[in-house]
Amino acid sequence: MSEIEIRDLTKRFQVKEHTVTALDHINLSVEKGDIFGIIGMSGAGKSTLVRSINYLEQPTEGQVLIDGVDLATLNDKELRKKRSEIGMIFQGFNLLEQKNVLDNICFPLEIAGKKKKEAVQRARELLKTVNLEEKEKAYPSQLSGGQKQRVAIARALATNPKILLCDEATSALDPQTTESILQLLKEINEKYGITIVIITHQMSVVTRVCRKVAIIDNGVLAEAGDVDKVFEDPKSDAAKELILEKKAEYLPVEDLKADRKIRIVFQDNSSYEPLVANLILNFGKPVNILKADTKNVGGKARGEMILGLPEGEELQNRMIEWIKERGISVSEVRGDV
Amino acid sequence: MFDDKVIEMILVGIKDTLYMTLVSTAFGYVLGLPLGIVLNITRKDGLKPNKIIYGIGDFICNIVRSVPFLILLILLIPFTRFLVGQSYGSTATIVPLVICAAPYIARVVEASLNEVDAGVIEAARAMGASDLQIIFKVLLVEARVSLFNGATITTGILLGYSAMSGTVGGGGLGDIAVRYGYYRWQTDIMIVTVLLLIIIFQIIQHVGAGFARHIDHRKR
Repeated sequence: MSEIEIRDLTKRFQVKEHTVTALDHINLSVEKGDIFGIIGMSGAGKSTLVRSINYLEQPTEGQVLIDGVDLATLNDKELRKKRSEIGMIFQGFNLLEQKNVLDNICFPLEIAGKKKKEAVQRARELLKTVNLEEKEKAYPSQLSGGQKQRVAIARALATNPKILLCDEATSALDPQTTESILQLLKEINEKYGITIVIITHQMSVVTRVCRKVAIIDNGVLAEAGDVDKVFEDPKSDAAKELILEKKAEYLPVEDLKADRKIRIVFQDNSSYEPLVANLILNFGKPVNILKADTKNVGGKARGEMILGLPEGEELQNRMIEWIKERGISVSEVRGDV
Repeated sequence: MFDDKVIEMILVGIKDTLYMTLVSTAFGYVLGLPLGIVLNITRKDGLKPNKIIYGIGDFICNIVRSVPFLILLILLIPFTRFLVGQSYGSTATIVPLVICAAPYIARVVEASLNEVDAGVIEAARAMGASDLQIIFKVLLVEARVSLFNGATITTGILLGYSAMSGTVGGGGLGDIAVRYGYYRWQTDIMIVTVLLLIIIFQIIQHVGAGFARHIDHRKR
């Protein structure tokens, strides 16, 4: 049984006279202990999707099952109980500004009716986990973004949830802080076996910590699967777009015109052979390197390259064959890179 | 300058003014705070949106607030007499003051609660908080500085209104100012009462603002 199962979920919003379909027949399942990324451009519907998992948004159609229990069958009180078993962190941290760090972490326990003394003890444990023991008495306004998110994580973990939902949790943070928060999430996943769902628009976040990924494009599930598979060989246009990170491109587009472009991804075993050099030597034709990058995918270094191939379809096909023979995944790239 | 009688009268006036202002603020909040909470949670993006309840509350607030206080004071005389037994004196003045203050307070409370970050409320819901818990543990706590500033402003306004009630025998410093300053041309007594009103107002404002700063943890 999956920890989270989303069946045929559709969400429509009524905006004045128009009906907007935010999510369209989504099917997903997240296994226990997984770190699951849900990625999409802004407005793709991913925030609505994550809010459906704890029923902050009620689906128009379809079901959400947590541990096999359909959330629609729960009454108000049972639903609140269920929510307390699902932690959540946000892009804007959403800490209580008038409470200090310790009281913020105690807050979900206070809501659950736990004794103050127990709550404080638990909060102190969690402060240790997130490495903020010395900030116990500080107020959120005195903390940096990364520290605030650490407090939010501690708060989300206070009730010992089985699931942690992260809604763009690193989008407001700089790259270094993002890295440390992702590292913390990974540690928490390993230490407590908690299932983590990460919503993001940054592929780097997904490749860094997630094992599985789902790509949401315009309310539709475009692609889902293991992160390394999707990264190596993206099938959908949305996935390709996200992986190529078009917006992060720094070369002028005109310079990247080539007859035919391919994207190759190096696995760990293929990094020893000087592939591009051998390719050129073997065929005696120039190959243009349009982009090259190394990414951390699930802790493993993955090289990624976009090559512009010389003219002549037959030659191009032979080159692609040659690369494939070396166990390297190749995919076509259309349009400007 | 003044004989003992006048001084005693002014001292009683101070006592009456403070009594009217503080008691009417307190009762104003007894009515206005719940009404403000109801307005906040039933509004369009509130916790429990409800067009009808919001509409009724909104209508009552607007009607009462559009009647000038002096007119309200006279309109409410039968009601005041029924409640207190007489229509003059400081206790009687509290009745129209409360009726006047409650919708104003409701609006101030509504506005303060609207300022609470929607994200924080969402976080509380995600933790499994009930609506009542969100009201008492999130909304009222997070908005407390704004609520307190609102209370300070309200107290100041009620101080002014209590003085205004002096025109119809309301008691307090305003009453003295009207009787001696206006009817008897004793300008010196009027000036003293006005000065005293200014001092009381300053004290309220200072204490209120200082306390609000003291309980605010957002900027330090």
